[in-house]
Amino acid sequence: MLKITDLKVNYGGIEAVKGISFDVPEGKIVTLIGANGAGKSTILKSISGIVKPSSGRIEFLGTDITSKDAAFIVGKGVTLVPEGRKIFPDLTVLENLRIGAYMRRDDLTEDLDWVYGLFPRLKERAWQAGGTLSGGEQQMLAVARALMSRPKLIMMDEPSLGLAPLIVRGIFDIMREINKRGVTILLVEQNANMALQAADFAYVMETGRITMSGTGNELLNNPAVKAAYLGT
Amino acid sequence: MTKRQKIISVILLALVYAAVFVMEQVIPAQAMLFTVLKKGAIYALVAVSMNLLNGFTGLFSLGQAGFMLIGAYVYGIFTIPTEMRTSVYQYFDGGVIQFTVPVLLAIVLAGVAAAIAAALIGFPALRLKSDYLAIATLGFAEILRAIFQWDKLGPVTNGSNLLRKFPTFNDFNITNADGDVVIYLSTLVPFLIVGVCIFLIVLLINSSYGRVFRAIRDDERAAEAMGVNLFAHKEISFVVSSFFAGIGGALLAMYQMTIQASAFKSAMTYEILLIVVIGGIGSVTGSCIGSFLFIAASEWWLRGLDSGTFLGITAPTIFRSGFRKVVFAVIIMVIVLFYRKGLMGDKEFSVARIAGRFRRLFRRRAPAEKGATK
Ligand SMILES: Nc1ncnc2c1ncn2[C@@H]1O[C@H](COP(=O)(O)OP(=O)(O)OP(=O)(O)O)[C@@H](O)[C@H]1O
Ligand SMILES: [Mg+2]
Repeated sequence: MLKITDLKVNYGGIEAVKGISFDVPEGKIVTLIGANGAGKSTILKSISGIVKPSSGRIEFLGTDITSKDAAFIVGKGVTLVPEGRKIFPDLTVLENLRIGAYMRRDDLTEDLDWVYGLFPRLKERAWQAGGTLSGGEQQMLAVARALMSRPKLIMMDEPSLGLAPLIVRGIFDIMREINKRGVTILLVEQNANMALQAADFAYVMETGRITMSGTGNELLNNPAVKAAYLGT
Repeated sequence: MTKRQKIISVILLALVYAAVFVMEQVIPAQAMLFTVLKKGAIYALVAVSMNLLNGFTGLFSLGQAGFMLIGAYVYGIFTIPTEMRTSVYQYFDGGVIQFTVPVLLAIVLAGVAAAIAAALIGFPALRLKSDYLAIATLGFAEILRAIFQWDKLGPVTNGSNLLRKFPTFNDFNITNADGDVVIYLSTLVPFLIVGVCIFLIVLLINSSYGRVFRAIRDDERAAEAMGVNLFAHKEISFVVSSFFAGIGGALLAMYQMTIQASAFKSAMTYEILLIVVIGGIGSVTGSCIGSFLFIAASEWWLRGLDSGTFLGITAPTIFRSGFRKVVFAVIIMVIVLFYRKGLMGDKEFSVARIAGRFRRLFRRRAPAEKGATK
């Protein structure tokens, strides 16, 4: 579905992503794990058109989306849940969700019902300003907002960041739920354990390069991964 | 807003307009009150237009005086009666433009001209970070002042000479055959024009565009990630804001009766910025209330500070020219200190909130009264 070939991204003179290739097959959950500063967020940003890669090719459902602008890419069905949530603090929950559906011109009732079904909390708080939600609720809102664009591929950048273990489990459950509905997921996580358990396929990154790959289970049992990322 | 709140707002507005109409018929036209109402209304419009950009879209522009200048000139140039042009453009052989357009059309044209100028500046400036917009617009306003006074453009702008003899607010008054005013409308009509303009801005703020503006203000990057076209929305907000600043300029020309480019200094922009801050960034009603208070204070209530007698105290050595500005600056500092977010914050004036406050007051009192009757 998503095919990345030899992607390189520079910030000024620094090469943050040094030639990466990987695939995200349709209907799967794929995860990208790695240390801080490995370049994971940078990859997601360049897929979603917020950062322009210096070379390489990004292909989505056969269309070349390399260096296209963000609006075009969202329109194609790729939506990012940015790192650190980044909801709109002064907009109400409902307004946040409507901005998520910005690219669409059709009726939103069905989608609102769907995300409210996934996150009943948000329905109760539809008129509350996004900035006054708790951290967990904000993360729910960020995911729900992305879903409002009806993505074919949703990319989540560290959705478990700063959340209590119980909430993290909830978020992962919902991720599986969304996936069952046919949405492909590309997940970036620090919480390698949870991510590998949820993922069909996983890549390990180190300073701008992919160093390992395999199914979630394979990597969970890989001694090197265990030592570096699972702390066991 | 619920239906009931809407009805209350409409009734309140109607009362304000009725009050303006009645006052205008019974109070002498030279009264300071009308200066405050007219200038206050004009500044309210420009402040709301600035708030649309600064408060609701998060873009910082300092071009208000420039766009008002364009609006004022376009209005003046197209409305000076043809038979007056020889005397107005006396150094430029009566000028090149020898036709006039109706007043309301000229006001709209004033806005359109300002909007076109904004679109041109916005094209490069809005693609960059927002600080560039402040610098670009401030520079633009300064250059504009020079251009409009340039001798070579005299046949159109009258160079550094005044534009005058165009229709003013007083021409809205209805007179009888002897030229005596029968019905005064010179305050009501500008109030109506400003009201319509602010209503349109409020419609925009509450539309899906307004929602996107606020999203951009809250988090530009996140809005971009949702597929929002940042440049297009910033440009729309900037152009609309400048359109209404242009109309404000036309109205200011009508109020002042003459136009001179040198009057549209950056100090004017700062006054409007101050009104926006005092009223509350992100509050339309705040900008309106702030504007009338600001104009009333600077043009009326504090006048005595400059002319010897203030609040019955005569002290010509202290209360002399310039002292008003000192006091005014102190008042503004106090307001900013005690109301960090302006008088209204980012909330709107609402009867329901005031009613709620009263109700709470009474509820607190009610048990005490019960105790007294026992
Ligand atoms: N806008 C930027 N300008 C300059 N350097 C940047 C910028 N954004 C990221 N970098 C650098 O690029 C490298 C990769 O950053 P990136 O955010 O992709 O890491 P990450 O894998 O997501 O890390 P984390 O797990 O901490 O979020 C880092 O060294 C970072 O400092
Ligand atoms: Mg990151």
